[in-house]
Amino acid sequence: MTTLASSGNKGKSIRSDCFINLEITTSGGIQTELTSKVALLYGKSIKQLAQDILLFFGIDHAKLTIEDTGALPLVLAARIEAAIKQLIQSNKEYLLPILPTNQYSTSREKFRFSRLYLPGNTPNLMINAGIHHPDGIILDLEDAVAVDKKEEAKYLVRNALRNIDFYSAERMVRINQIPRGLNDLDFIIPHNVNLILVPKCESAEQIHLLNTHIEKIKAKHSISNDIWLMPIIESALGVMKAFEIAISAPNVVALAIGLEDYTADLGTKRTSEATESFYARSVIVNACKAAGIQPIDSVYSDIADMEGLKNNVIKSKSLGFEGMGCIHPRQIKVIHQYFAPDADEITKAKKIVNAFVEATEKGLGVVSLGTKMIDPPVVKRAQKIISLAISLGILSQNWREENEQ
Amino acid sequence: MNNKFNINALGRKVPTDVNGNNAIPYMGIGKHKPTGRKYAPPIVSSSDYPSDGNKTIESLKAALIKSGIADGMTISTHHHFRNGDLVANQIFDIASELGIKNLTWVPSASFECHVPLIKYLEDGTIHHIEGSMNGSLGRFTSEGKMEGMGILRSHGGRYQAIQDGEVHIDIAVIAAPTADAFGNATGDRGPAACGLLGFALADSQYADKVIVVTDNLVPFPCYPWQIHGNLVDYVVLVDKVGLPEKIVSGTTEITKSPDRLLLAEMTAQFCNEAGIIKDGFSFQAGAGGTALSIGIYFAEILKKNGWKARFARGGSNKYLVNMLEGGLTDYILDGQTFDLEGVRSMRENSNHLNTSPFTSYNYHGKGNFSTMVDVVILGATEVDVNFNANVVTHSDGVLLHGIGGWQNCLFSKCTILPIPLFRDRISVIKDEVTTICGPGELIDVIVTERGIAINPLRKDLLEKLKGSSLPIKTIDELKAEGDAICGPAEKPRFTNKAVAVVKWVDGTIIDTIWQLEN
Repeated sequence: MTTLASSGNKGKSIRSDCFINLEITTSGGIQTELTSKVALLYGKSIKQLAQDILLFFGIDHAKLTIEDTGALPLVLAARIEAAIKQLIQSNKEYLLPILPTNQYSTSREKFRFSRLYLPGNTPNLMINAGIHHPDGIILDLEDAVAVDKKEEAKYLVRNALRNIDFYSAERMVRINQIPRGLNDLDFIIPHNVNLILVPKCESAEQIHLLNTHIEKIKAKHSISNDIWLMPIIESALGVMKAFEIAISAPNVVALAIGLEDYTADLGTKRTSEATESFYARSVIVNACKAAGIQPIDSVYSDIADMEGLKNNVIKSKSLGFEGMGCIHPRQIKVIHQYFAPDADEITKAKKIVNAFVEATEKGLGVVSLGTKMIDPPVVKRAQKIISLAISLGILSQNWREENEQ
Repeated sequence: MNNKFNINALGRKVPTDVNGNNAIPYMGIGKHKPTGRKYAPPIVSSSDYPSDGNKTIESLKAALIKSGIADGMTISTHHHFRNGDLVANQIFDIASELGIKNLTWVPSASFECHVPLIKYLEDGTIHHIEGSMNGSLGRFTSEGKMEGMGILRSHGGRYQAIQDGEVHIDIAVIAAPTADAFGNATGDRGPAACGLLGFALADSQYADKVIVVTDNLVPFPCYPWQIHGNLVDYVVLVDKVGLPEKIVSGTTEITKSPDRLLLAEMTAQFCNEAGIIKDGFSFQAGAGGTALSIGIYFAEILKKNGWKARFARGGSNKYLVNMLEGGLTDYILDGQTFDLEGVRSMRENSNHLNTSPFTSYNYHGKGNFSTMVDVVILGATEVDVNFNANVVTHSDGVLLHGIGGWQNCLFSKCTILPIPLFRDRISVIKDEVTTICGPGELIDVIVTERGIAINPLRKDLLEKLKGSSLPIKTIDELKAEGDAICGPAEKPRFTNKAVAVVKWVDGTIIDTIWQLEN
């Protein structure tokens, strides 16, 4: 039997993390050796937490070394549990109480302009992600995690979903490719994930398989809230199957396109003109619009080039996309600004909402603008634009009263 | 230790005796007003000085001996070269060689380059430091290893202490990038150009003996004469007075951290919504990455509105120089120069003005500039729920920083501290700060990435920010948020030995630094 395990990160640039070495021994009790820059303030509580976790898993004798760089308890707990699980078989999980503020669900129609990728094994990027107010945060278990860190990342992502306040951003997780990604589900479904990104999706069957597993876990944990899916199309086959995937299940709310892998699959290169991906992007947009879900564009990878990002967003919106991924918090503002409804859209939406309010006040069942009848989905869309414009600060909360003056 | 203690107006326990001198506890803002006449240096006669104006002497050692260096004296140096200073260490090497003991070192600030002086603190060459004890020197002090009690003073407080006689400087050694044989000296040119020499001004005027050390001796006259040769006793030519690459401090680049940029953006938005930024306004932002970024956001707001600042107080750097040259501010009032662009601008641009702790901060002046600045952006290691702030010790109790001009700047019309709510796992808002350096009544706004707290005393700001999209919260709410994330922390444990005192701008003692247990 292996008696030695390690987890976590250490090194010069590592912050808010820890590196654990664990050896299960046969006598001598639990001996913890701690080095930490916050030892004076948190030394006792770190050791206590470590002891609690070891005892929770029935380990009475162990040598534990913790090299801490200011890890929060949720990080310490994830690292220690990840090390323990390498050495013992247990179905138990050491969970800190979920933050009450994290118990929210999201709606199918929620705007998803920006979603910030956070590497699933890098705690210091997670802790402050919410303060930049992306529409969604993605805890990434797939490409952003090194192969030998995939296992421990699951514990960190689970604890992050429960114990980091992302300030009402939609809490998303990118799982690994199906079928490997099915093993990630136990770590996220019971912990209030809002949306799952499904990488390299190429068929409706993958979605069905995924949903079968999700339903099983939901039933086991009596979870009733919605868990949305955003399949990512990253191959020629995926593009050809886009519509099939878009309509594969009612909880599919968006399709995203991943251009790095897609262009590699084509055997071409990503260029700034993006002619090589024009067809694929158009297919995704059309598949989504036909299915009534959101088309989401790929990330813009030059984080220093805000002007390039801006042009990219404008192009993306004009193609019909309704959002894109971000790999750096500074991209969020630009993405929001240029995906946001423009003046024309807001004017039109105001007219429709006014007509709707007036019709409701008069008790009319039908909303009309001039001679045109307005369908309920159009009203809903207009209301969304208005509330979005308000939330983005480009329209006053009291725009109706102010208009009347 | 059989020191007696008083409780000062902020409720802090402070010693009644500091290194054998009677110490006055802090009494409140503007309460302590010494009377009498200012301290004065001895009368000298020009007939005692060479008529050809040549005061050069072969070495620093000779200059120190001629100046009468002796046991128990007070020797001052200055931090214009920051971490590239090559002079302070040499002085004490010489003192040690001469077997001199019990010196008091009065630097305007200390840096890591001064770590070699620890051996002289240990062997009794230096009795204690008055000024600042940064980094390793601070840790040494915190551990209770310094023979005497350290004294921390602000830049303005240093001038005050020299002027009212609290500090008597026997020998001032002024390292100068350029000087002439008469002793006129300037910082704006030469291989080790550092901008200005304002921190040495008081020393040149009040010390018994003044030595200028330079590696760039020019024929008379050296102009501008930031330091007047008429006040100088000896001039020493050395090979190298400072390391130019270390003179420019490490904190002169704007931050790339998204979290800090957000702090900067929120701070600028706050100032804008509060109506602080307007045509003809004035501001001071420190040298840290966040503060520099705030300056850039200020510049954007000015540009967008077609406004111009009347003056920006420096620490100057390339960003302020850009504002000056781009027509976004009429003047830079510069107290120290942080990069070579600042040095160039000071040399070339007559609107880039050379200021000193006398003009900007001095308590014994007939007013000073600090109260006239519209907004100042500062940092802090900790703040507490009463808005008191700490800049010298960390939450683990270790002394690591000096005060700089921080206390003096608090007197601006609006003082804002943008600080992250927690650093690693250490929450910055406390029930009580480890060390009070500035009283809460002078600190108006705390900006964190998770919310902005306005001092309840500033009803006007609270009113103006009503309905703002910014997350305005109470300081207690912010504290609770930080505590919830970091978890309950233990407190550092101290012995009852006072290892240093923090002076307020008027010379009274605002707080005590205690020896760490173990």
